[in-house]
Amino acid sequence: MAAAARLPRLTHRLFSVPCFYRGPLPWFPSAKKIQSSSESFFPTRRPLRRRCRVVYSSIAPDRKIHGVDVDASYDVIVVGGGHAGCEAALASARLGAKTLLLTLNLDRIAWQPCNPAVGGPAKSQLVHEVDALGGEIGKMADRCYLQKRVLNLSKGPAVRALRAQTDKREYAMEMKKIVESTPNLFIREAMVTEVLVGKNDNVEGVCTFFGMNFYAPSVVLTTGTFMSGKIWVGRTSMPAGRAGESASHGLTENLQQLGFETDRLKTGTPARVDYRSVDFSGLEPQHGDDEVGWFSFDPEYHIEREQMCCYLTRTTKSTHQLIKDNLHETPTYGGWVDAKGPRYCPSIEDKIVRFQDKESHQIFLEPEGRNVPELYVQGFSTGLPERLQLGLLRTLPGLENCLMLRPAYAVEYDFLPAHQCFRSLMTKKIEGLFFSGQINGTTGYEEAAAQGILSGINAARHSCGKPLIVLERESSYIGTLIDDLVTKDLREPYRMLTSRSEHRLLLRADNADSRLTPLGREIGLIDDRRWNLYQSKQARIVEEKERLKNARVSGGDFSTEVSLLSGQPVRDSATLESILKKPHIEYKVLDKHGLGNKLLSKMEKECVEIDIKYEGFIIRQQSQLQQIVKQQHRPLPEDLDYYSLTTLSLESREKLSKVRPQTIGQASRVGGVSPADITALLIILETNRRRESAKKKQEFLRAAAADTSKDAVPIAAAAANGADS
Amino acid sequence: MAAAFRFGHLLGFCCRARPPPPLPRGLPHHRVLASPSRHVSRIPCCWASISHLADGGDRLVLTKDERSASLGTRSGEGEEEGDYLVDSSSTIAAIVTSLGGGPAAVGIVRLSGPAAVSIAGQVFRPARVRKSDDNGIACWRPTSHFVEYGVALDLQGNVIDEVLAIPMLAPRSYTREDVVELQCHGNDICLHRVLRACLEAGARLAEPGEFTLRAFLNGRLDLSQAENVGKLVSSKSIAAADSALAGIQGGFSSVVQSLRRQCIELLVDIEARLDFDDEMPALDTGHVIRTIDGMWKDVQQALDTASYGRLLQSGLQVTIIGRPNVGKSSLLNAWSKSDRAIVTEIAGTTRDVVEANVSVRGIPVTLLDTAGIRETDDVVERIGVQRSEAAAVGADVIIMTISAVEGWTSDDEKLVQHIQRSTGSATPMILVTNKIDSLVSAPISARPTQLEGNYFKKHVLTCAVTGQGVGELEEAILDVIGIEPIPSGGRKWATNQRQCEQLVRTRDALSRLRQSIDEELPLDFWTVDLREAALALGQISGSDISEEVLSNIFSKFCIGK
Repeated sequence: MAAAARLPRLTHRLFSVPCFYRGPLPWFPSAKKIQSSSESFFPTRRPLRRRCRVVYSSIAPDRKIHGVDVDASYDVIVVGGGHAGCEAALASARLGAKTLLLTLNLDRIAWQPCNPAVGGPAKSQLVHEVDALGGEIGKMADRCYLQKRVLNLSKGPAVRALRAQTDKREYAMEMKKIVESTPNLFIREAMVTEVLVGKNDNVEGVCTFFGMNFYAPSVVLTTGTFMSGKIWVGRTSMPAGRAGESASHGLTENLQQLGFETDRLKTGTPARVDYRSVDFSGLEPQHGDDEVGWFSFDPEYHIEREQMCCYLTRTTKSTHQLIKDNLHETPTYGGWVDAKGPRYCPSIEDKIVRFQDKESHQIFLEPEGRNVPELYVQGFSTGLPERLQLGLLRTLPGLENCLMLRPAYAVEYDFLPAHQCFRSLMTKKIEGLFFSGQINGTTGYEEAAAQGILSGINAARHSCGKPLIVLERESSYIGTLIDDLVTKDLREPYRMLTSRSEHRLLLRADNADSRLTPLGREIGLIDDRRWNLYQSKQARIVEEKERLKNARVSGGDFSTEVSLLSGQPVRDSATLESILKKPHIEYKVLDKHGLGNKLLSKMEKECVEIDIKYEGFIIRQQSQLQQIVKQQHRPLPEDLDYYSLTTLSLESREKLSKVRPQTIGQASRVGGVSPADITALLIILETNRRRESAKKKQEFLRAAAADTSKDAVPIAAAAANGADS
Repeated sequence: MAAAFRFGHLLGFCCRARPPPPLPRGLPHHRVLASPSRHVSRIPCCWASISHLADGGDRLVLTKDERSASLGTRSGEGEEEGDYLVDSSSTIAAIVTSLGGGPAAVGIVRLSGPAAVSIAGQVFRPARVRKSDDNGIACWRPTSHFVEYGVALDLQGNVIDEVLAIPMLAPRSYTREDVVELQCHGNDICLHRVLRACLEAGARLAEPGEFTLRAFLNGRLDLSQAENVGKLVSSKSIAAADSALAGIQGGFSSVVQSLRRQCIELLVDIEARLDFDDEMPALDTGHVIRTIDGMWKDVQQALDTASYGRLLQSGLQVTIIGRPNVGKSSLLNAWSKSDRAIVTEIAGTTRDVVEANVSVRGIPVTLLDTAGIRETDDVVERIGVQRSEAAAVGADVIIMTISAVEGWTSDDEKLVQHIQRSTGSATPMILVTNKIDSLVSAPISARPTQLEGNYFKKHVLTCAVTGQGVGELEEAILDVIGIEPIPSGGRKWATNQRQCEQLVRTRDALSRLRQSIDEELPLDFWTVDLREAALALGQISGSDISEEVLSNIFSKFCIGK
């Protein structure tokens, strides 16, 4: 238990010397340090655009020092303090942008309104990736976990997934502390009702319900389920973003006036029951892993805590009967809500109606915190009226005498189909306006955080005129998520799944850092300490792979055990590398026989093992990827008039006009666009390109001809060039 | 290792407000600013993200995995002077001279793409090894536009044809890529074998019109407008052969569909367990293995009988039978446009089996003219008759010829019954009524008897003297082999090479999958090859899989938290 031994020291560091970003006072030098690290990529800072310059010039430096936003002008405004909003605001502020976070309720920052858990298949990859870029969600989950389990452990390194049950109160409090103590970040309660738009369709700021105007060249909307939110319990509804919290009104109408298309989605959350009223004696317990996995690549956050237990129960005959008898009382089957709910998160009545032959469904009981009696009833969300819910809960074994603390409810909310965004998450209509999280039609804290960090980065970059960042689909789950969002026609809340990623073998949790941390470093979110940790980790992995390639064994207990485990003979003087490639041989076997490298951490050993063991598969996927990438990444002009392209089918002309993809690859993923359409598109592009270059060449020749005396060489070159083609 | 780091993707120009200055062409990273010194990596062979810059305001960032840096070789990319290539990483090959138009003196197999020279180097062995090379076979280093004489080899090293190799190195070629043309003998079989050798050496069969498309996209061809996509795609290609085959693939595509469905079902079963680990019952591995084995067998059978080797190497065997002097030899001569068989008025002229090769829409067809079958005392003729029967037994299609003058006779009846007995009624038969020019009265087609209908799949009227009806006869043959299942030897599909290529890909993927299962690799690795198989099968039927798997998962399983 090396981690446990380190614990006191780490705890001390964690709390007395807050991590690098939050930096000890005074804030200013710390903020400057970050600023300079991101600036170093641009030795000569380009002049800001006019609007930005106005913003900057209105800020007196001394006002910033006290951290009081006496001024209403910022670089970035983030609307919403959920998982997308927090990541966006933190990223933006850490990049040196003066950032304002507006939220409806300061006590609900980073709240987990549904399941108290982070991670799971595909979602855990998102968390690792956000962490690799320098985001917060992984560290928070590592700090506030109640239980951790690795799912899919034996199903392959790319689908191995960490899931943490979290203490939702602690989570919110910890995140609030981080947000409150981050330099350059200002928080304030407000309901935004209007986006202020300038003359050039550029965002200028926001206006609140009580009439305050805040100005910034970049605005990120992360409204979650709050925009015109309405919650339902049975037939009864009330306007609310979550139970007990008022919805946000007016913003949808404002966005519609600006020309945005909006639509409605639905999701739900199950009831919460009192821990003390449940009889766990007959239930199957689900314990956490003995050896805890971590989301964050930063070992400073790897602090073990005591774990809590989850329990498994099942629906019974009487559960099913009760639901069948009362179907008319549910919104979907009663027919009074028609917004689309997610397929992967069906209500219990949906499950029972659609899978008639299944006699029982699993239900998980998950604690919501260390100090609260609430239990989350996973897999049991329902639209039934409250008067029936307790009876329904009591049909579950162990819950016969349970007390219900909160009823299950459904929530309906406005979202903006994300084809209205670029892959930078900036909207196509309004420059400087970004959307993130459930407003784009996703569900899940991890999906929200992933969009949040990217929109925060891009909002900050936009505010000072830097080019925006796009993550390609095949670079990461974040890229895949966003590519799907802006390309596909979503009809239900979007959840990340491993099956959505075509080349997932390359997008693993263990290599999220080597894929994304260099980018995070270049963007300016990875500080020196983290970067050094990263580099030495990579160096150790490289060295170890080299060592295994050269180290040989002959005979002995080791060989015997290897051939026993793998069922394969061991050649004399085989390299350790070749041994690791054998079936069922893990790095642990090397460790057991003293052939492992004691300097490596568990994570590093895993990296080495995966790289060696699955090398063939990985290389094959990489070469498959390379074959398609070049074509897929060809950019499409933003002003292409698809309706005029008569060689495309009518359907694809309509769809492409709506989605306006940025690359050929994206275009090919738009529903209704056939391979023939893509060929036609390629040909049109090429024709246009050549027409342009011919024009340029002519102009160049003309200009050169007019200036013969000075510059004879280019003309000769150009003429030769012309003769060539 | 400072140079190993590239910081391209953060660099570039401002957003729309400031148009970018013209960028130097030909650089993979449009502008590289000095990287800060503390970013210098201490890790050997370590390189970071790659930029991929668009013309719009957004940066496109493709981040690479630092840990597998050595895997992605990017040399040779971005050197096309801004010219885009269609899937430029692949090298394509096809027969570019016309097929099926009868034997010609010379036919050409063309290779185009970055690996054209190395692939040609595996197939082509120059007759004269240049002295400068230590071992000339290992590496062929041609001089552009310099014709070399030599032989074509298959991968086992057997000589398959004498050829002239004409290397045309980029950019001085039709496609502006490296192009190697192999001039073979004009025989379809030679051409197909050389093409096959090229494909086995790593080339991909060109899509219809792909050479022209590449030429166009690489700026070699000057087409004024892009409206001619359709024409462009079909203009210069082997599409004619393909489309001729398209009509006879009913049986084949249903097999492909069913294989693909099985792949997707397995994928659904597996992927549902990856995304919803704790909600699903365990996977029935035995069932998965049985399904995969079954699929592998189906694919292998399709490949065996579906004629990749068969149709391309030996083609179809068509035997012409009939009573003496009904015009069998004349028919063979007219069909093969030659005087291959001796034709006289004397019944029983043909004593032995005479062979001629024709090509029916790209399929090489061996025609066998046989001795007229009759009761005879002549020893030589009797042997000939036996050979005729043997030829009929080995045929894929039997053409029964009768004379229009005599019509259907009782001898014909006996002959057909005899042949049917010896072939087991399995081989499809076509009735040809020859010499219709000699018939003045009512056309014979007006009265096909009940009897004839029982034996024959098709009835064609021909006149060997004028060549009339040969085209219909070819149609009839294609029709008959396409529709007729042959229980003894399985199905005889006329799959084209592109389909075969995908079938081979499917089979290989299934083999690897089986290996993964045997080695007890984790479940996720099974999906890699299953996906590959489904994709390959989807290429044949033209469909995409990702969404299909997802929606099936949701409709099939009860999942949800």
